[in-house]
Formats: sequence, structure tokens, C-alpha cells
Amino acid sequence: MTTLNSAQMDEIAARHPAVFHRSFWQRFRVAIIAGGFVLYALYCWWFFAIGHVLTTANWNIAGTYLADWVSYEVRPEVTIAPDGAMKLTYPRFSPLGPNAEPDWVEIERGTMSRTTPAAGTSATTAKKPASMGFMGEGAVLGGSDAAAESMATATIREEEVVKRAVITLNSSTSVEVVPDRVTVQHAGETLVVDLDNGAMEVDGALPAWATQKRPGEKITLAFGFAGWGEIEAGDVSIRKRFLGWANFLFDTNSPFHGKSMSEVYSLIASGDRIDPKQSNLSLAWDNILYNAEWQHLDVWTKLLQTIVMAFVGTLFAMLLAFPLAFMAARNITRSWLSNQLTKRLFDFLRSVDMLIWALFFTRAFGPGPLAGMSAIFFTDTGTLGKLYSEALENIDDKQREGVKSVGAAPVAVQRFGVLPQVMPLFASQALYFWESNTRSATIIGAVGAGGIGLKLWEAMRTNSDWENVAYMVLLILIVVFIFDGISNALRSRLMGKPSH
Amino acid sequence: MAMNTLHDGFSEKGALIEQHFQELTARRRLYSWLGFAIVALALSGSLWFANETNAGKFFDRLPYLFDFVGDMVPRDGMEVFRALFDLPSPYDDGSFKYNYPEGRLYITESFYVPEYFHKMLETLNIAIFSTVIGMVFGFLLCFLAAKNLVANRLLRGFVRRFMEILRAFPEVVLAGFFLAILSLGPLPAVIAVSIHTVGALGKLFFEVVENADMKAEEGLRAVGASWIERVWFGIVPQVLPNFMSYFLLRLEINVRASTIIGAVGGGGIGELLRLSIGQNHQAKTLAIVLLLLITIIAVDQFSAWLRRKLVGDQAFRLAQ
Repeated sequence: MTTLNSAQMDEIAARHPAVFHRSFWQRFRVAIIAGGFVLYALYCWWFFAIGHVLTTANWNIAGTYLADWVSYEVRPEVTIAPDGAMKLTYPRFSPLGPNAEPDWVEIERGTMSRTTPAAGTSATTAKKPASMGFMGEGAVLGGSDAAAESMATATIREEEVVKRAVITLNSSTSVEVVPDRVTVQHAGETLVVDLDNGAMEVDGALPAWATQKRPGEKITLAFGFAGWGEIEAGDVSIRKRFLGWANFLFDTNSPFHGKSMSEVYSLIASGDRIDPKQSNLSLAWDNILYNAEWQHLDVWTKLLQTIVMAFVGTLFAMLLAFPLAFMAARNITRSWLSNQLTKRLFDFLRSVDMLIWALFFTRAFGPGPLAGMSAIFFTDTGTLGKLYSEALENIDDKQREGVKSVGAAPVAVQRFGVLPQVMPLFASQALYFWESNTRSATIIGAVGAGGIGLKLWEAMRTNSDWENVAYMVLLILIVVFIFDGISNALRSRLMGKPSH
Repeated sequence: MAMNTLHDGFSEKGALIEQHFQELTARRRLYSWLGFAIVALALSGSLWFANETNAGKFFDRLPYLFDFVGDMVPRDGMEVFRALFDLPSPYDDGSFKYNYPEGRLYITESFYVPEYFHKMLETLNIAIFSTVIGMVFGFLLCFLAAKNLVANRLLRGFVRRFMEILRAFPEVVLAGFFLAILSLGPLPAVIAVSIHTVGALGKLFFEVVENADMKAEEGLRAVGASWIERVWFGIVPQVLPNFMSYFLLRLEINVRASTIIGAVGGGGIGELLRLSIGQNHQAKTLAIVLLLLITIIAVDQFSAWLRRKLVGDQAFRLAQ
């Protein structure tokens, strides 16, 4: 900036004394307000115990949850029996479906002779290391009798088992499991864990990506986004992370599961009927709608409920607020009683929060969109009524006088003298509330008033369905943006202003 | 209309004009009716759908609509005040329903803050603190989104899209996500409401900035002021009253929002209200509703008064 010398400064100060001699408040108000904000922030830091909450927060889990929004895990688990027989399993609801054999898991099978104890004891002996409680003790005591008994009935037979399994997570990360050793390679480092009859021993020092609380206990491996794993004596479980949403169209029970787009297309277009009762197209559509993991039909229905709640609630609020506003406006209804009654009614409806209305109507109608709709209707009748009556009180009286002077009936005076002035404003405000209610309908849904809110809340409470949360959030964002666009376009047309 | 039918005896040109006018009104009327028909169709479809997917059907539930009002009546009128101020109740039978003094928060040996006042203070603080945070970040962002201050379309567009996403992202999800990380308490609610407020205030702020008078800024530009100096001395003094007005308006909205967020697990009075309605504690529910009503009216009145002082009659432009 160009600067003035002190002589010029004095000259200007002499000419404009008012600019240079300002009151204390004028001079320091910015500093005072900013200081007030800082003090208030410090108070809130103490009041909400922010420091304490931030230090005790589980930040590791935040990364996992965020990754869950756009990715999924597959969990192969290798169990090693005491006699060295290995088995590779996937959990029951694996995204790969039952009997999956992905190419990133390399398995060498072989046969070995195993001693199979009689049925019944296998369960108790397997339980022994896991259960340490009261019941566990009892089971072990009971089990020793049974084991002695079973010695006579134990059989020896050949069984096919896994001899070696290699799980590849990415080009630099792999886990190799053989009955007595686990070899983990990650980022150029190698970790070798010797497994010997329920005991674990690490060769050398642990790399930075592996943690173990005490020697002999479980080792946790962290591979960043590629996944993570756990090594315990007799049990190696690996989580491999894939980018994307698993089974978005077809769940694992569907006959179309695991097929590529072109395979599905050719099945629908020219394949034989999978289910003789319906065509492949309708079967595919059914499978998509009733996908057990994504529940598309349910999500869409709930989303439509949210939209409907906002639409009907705002529309009814507008229809009721419209006549009431005429009763509330001082210059239109010249009765103190009617003005005051309607205005206080508006205040009451507005001030009793949307939450309270939502909770009450949820009790009255049961959970569902009727409750949310009524809550929006009640709150917005108050807000729109207040805005409308203020708009009516600010109209230009000349038009009304003109219509009155030619002898028009009272209704015609309102229709031709008042309405043309306020109608664009009324409609624009109703549209604005429609748009903002589409957003708030999500949140009152979470207390039970219908719509997608509750579904979102339930998906979040499980802490494991974040990909479903991401899907619903995406749908909500799309709907909100579309409605924003529609409402902005309509409003700018009504008010004759360019849209933002 | 009676006025439109009296048109015999026009000149030729007059008749033509009249004919055009009639055609125009006919088309207009058609559009109006079409619009009405579409809205009516959408409305009836929506109502049917809402009724169909609701747990209780509208006409089945209508006779019982006011049953809950009966459930809301306390044993006697004083119970509400006993619940509000945590005074012992004569109906105390050891159950949680009538055990009001249990919630007392003792500050000294004998002086206590009643539970609901404490929780109301918590909700109010959530609202005020998150509005302050939203104001600070909205203030920093809005100048980057204004057309008259930033010539770079890319930066402007990016800031605007960013604020739009903050605004449209459901608060419930933010609250739920931070609830999972930070565990129970008011902080998830603060974060959720503030993030939404940054987006909402940022939008209102940059619209104010775009409507600002650019003469002061031009003067500063002429003497070679930097961008920050131009904004700070040329724009900020003009827009600050409007900013404060929007800040207060947002505060009103956030008091309600933080109550609702509280009800879905964010702490504060909302949670207590949901619990007491769910457990049928009449006096407690009424006490909370009363407290909420008084607080919301007080905040609204205070904010309306202050806004009128700051920006005059403009204060009532709720929607833009």
C-alpha cells in the first residue's frame, strides 16, 4: 500500500477529526468481539472436556471405518489342529460366497492319517484352550472322563488336508502358512513365527508393522490399506481389503453372483431359464431388489418416504398457512383478537420444536412417514405463517385501494389487489422450505418418524455397515442436489432473479 | 371473469388485441390447471404411499390421535415444577419415574443445578459453539467463493462445491460417525452441527459479499493494497452487520438442530426428552417441553431484537 508521511497524516487528521477520534467501542470492538469468541472457545474446551475426549478417542478405528465406506474385506482363516492338520475357511457371510477359491490364495493339499476321536469329545477338547470361565472348567472335567472312554473308539483314517497356504495381499505382501511356521513378507521385511504345539516363537525382532503385547500372545499385523491379520497359536486370520462395494447388484445367494456383466447380459438375453417360474430378467431384477446385503428396495422405499414427508408436509403447511396469514395480517383483518390469536398460534407451532412434534406423532401414528409428515406440517405452518403474515403486512396499499375504488367485493380485493404482490414471494418461500425440509426429514427420521433416517442410524449403530451408510448418503446427496436445482430454477423464475 | 366478456363493438385492431389477450389468458389458465393437476396427483400418490408404508394406518389411528395427550397429564400440576427443579415428589415410590432429586448436579455442598437446566445449557452451548466455529470457517471461506473478489473460476467453483457438500451432508451421519470414534458425549453433536453450519453460513456470506459496494475496494486497489488488505478494509466493514445477522439467524436454527441431534445420541436435553417420552414419564416430559419452549422463544426474541438493531428491517428476510 502507498503510505503517507507524518505531515500529510496530520493534515488529513486536522481536516477529518471525526475519523481519527473515535469512541472506545468503535476503536476496539473487533478486538473485544474476537477476545470474547476466544474466551468462549476456552470455556467450551473446558465444558465439553474436548482435550480429554480427543486424547481418549479411538483414532485407529476412524481410519478403518472411513476405509469401510468404499471398500470391503475378505477374511480367509487358516486353523491348525494340534496334530498339524490345516484347514482354510471363510466366515459364513463372506462376500465371496460359499466354496470360494480366489486366485490370491494358493493352496497345496495332501493327505495325512488322522486319529479321529469319537463324536462329542472333539467339541470339548477343542474348547479347552478357549474357555476359561466356570462353564469351561466343568466342560474340561467332564471331557476328561469322555476322553478316557473314547480311547477305545478312536479311529484312524486318511483325510485330505491343506499342507501349505499362501495368501497374497499385494505385490509386496504375502503370508505363507505351513503347519509349524508362518512367514509374513511385507515392504521388504520378513517375519517368521514358529508354531509348535500351541506355543509361538518369533525369530528375530518384530518389524514395525507387527505388534505383540506379550511374548507368546497374539501378533497383530497391519498392512495399511491392503489389510491386516492376526497370528495366534493354531489360528492365522487374514483380512484382505478390496476397493469397491461387494456384491452391489447380486448377493451370494443369487444365481448371477460372481458373473461378469457380459455373462449376466447373455444369460438374460438368451440363456435358459434358471428358475422355470419366471424369466431371467425378472429373476435378476428380483435378486437386485431383494439383495440381502444392500436391501435396495427397502432403501429406495425409505428414501421415497423421506421425499414424500418433505413434500406433503410443506405443501399442507403452505395451504394452511395461506388463509391463516390473511387472518394474522394487521392491515387485512382489522381485528386485534384474530391477529393476536393466529400470531400466537404460529409462535407456538414454531417454538415447539420439530423434534417434539416428531416424537409425539410417532407415538400417535406409530413409526413411519405419517409422523414425520405431521411434524413438518405443524412446524412449518408456524414458520410459513409468520413469514407470510409479515409479507402481507408489508404490501403496497395502492393496488388494494384501486380495486376497492371500482366497487369490487372483499374477496376480489384480496384476489386482484393483494395476491399478485405476494404470490411469487409465498411460492418462493414454500419452495425454499420444501428444499430445506428434504434435508431435515432425514434427521427426524432417526428418532422414528419414518424415512431413511432410521435406516441410516441403524446401519451406523452396527459399526460394520459403513458401506451401506455411504450408499445411502450418496443417494441422499443426489436427491438433495436435484431438489436444490429444481427449487432454485423455479424460484429464480418466480422472483425474476438469476439463480445462484 | 365478468370484466373480460364485455367486448362487443371493438375496432378491427382492438378486436385483434382482444383476441390475442383471450388466447393468452386461455393458455395461462390451461397451464395453471395442468400445474394443479400434477400437484394434486403427486399429493394423492404421496399420501397413499405414506399411509401404506406407515406402521399405523391414518384412519385406524385417527380416533386414538389424542390418547397420548391423556398419557401426558401428570398426577398434579406441581409435579411439573418439581421435575423441573429436581424437588422431591410426594409420589416417590423408589422408581425412576418420580425420583427427581437423583439428577441434581451439586456444585457446592448445598447448591445444585437441576438436571434439565444443566442439559439445556449443554444443548445451548452445543448450538452457540458450533455456530461460532461455523462462522469462523464460513468467514474464511466466503471471500474465496465471491465472484467480485476471486477471478479464478476454478478456485471459486471448488470452494462453492465444497460448501455445498458440507451443507447437504446429513448431520445424522456426521454425528453417528463421530459418535463411533469419540464415544458418547456432546462433542459429536458439536462437530456435526458445525460442519453443516460452515456450509450454510458460507453460502449466505458469499452472497452478501457479492452484493457489497465495490467502490471502497476500488479505492484501496488504486493505492496498491494487497488482496487481504482490500478485503479487510474494503469489504469486511460493509458486510459485518449482515454477517452478524446471519450468525444470529443460524443460532436460532442450531438451537433446534442440536436438540434433535441430542435425541439421536448426541447428549443434551434432546436425549432426555426422547427417553422420558419413551418411558411415559409425564411430569418429566412436560417439564422438558416447557423448558425447551421457553428457551427457544427467548433465543428467538433476543436474536430478532439484536438483528433488528444490526441491519434494520432486512432482518426478516428468512429465505433469500
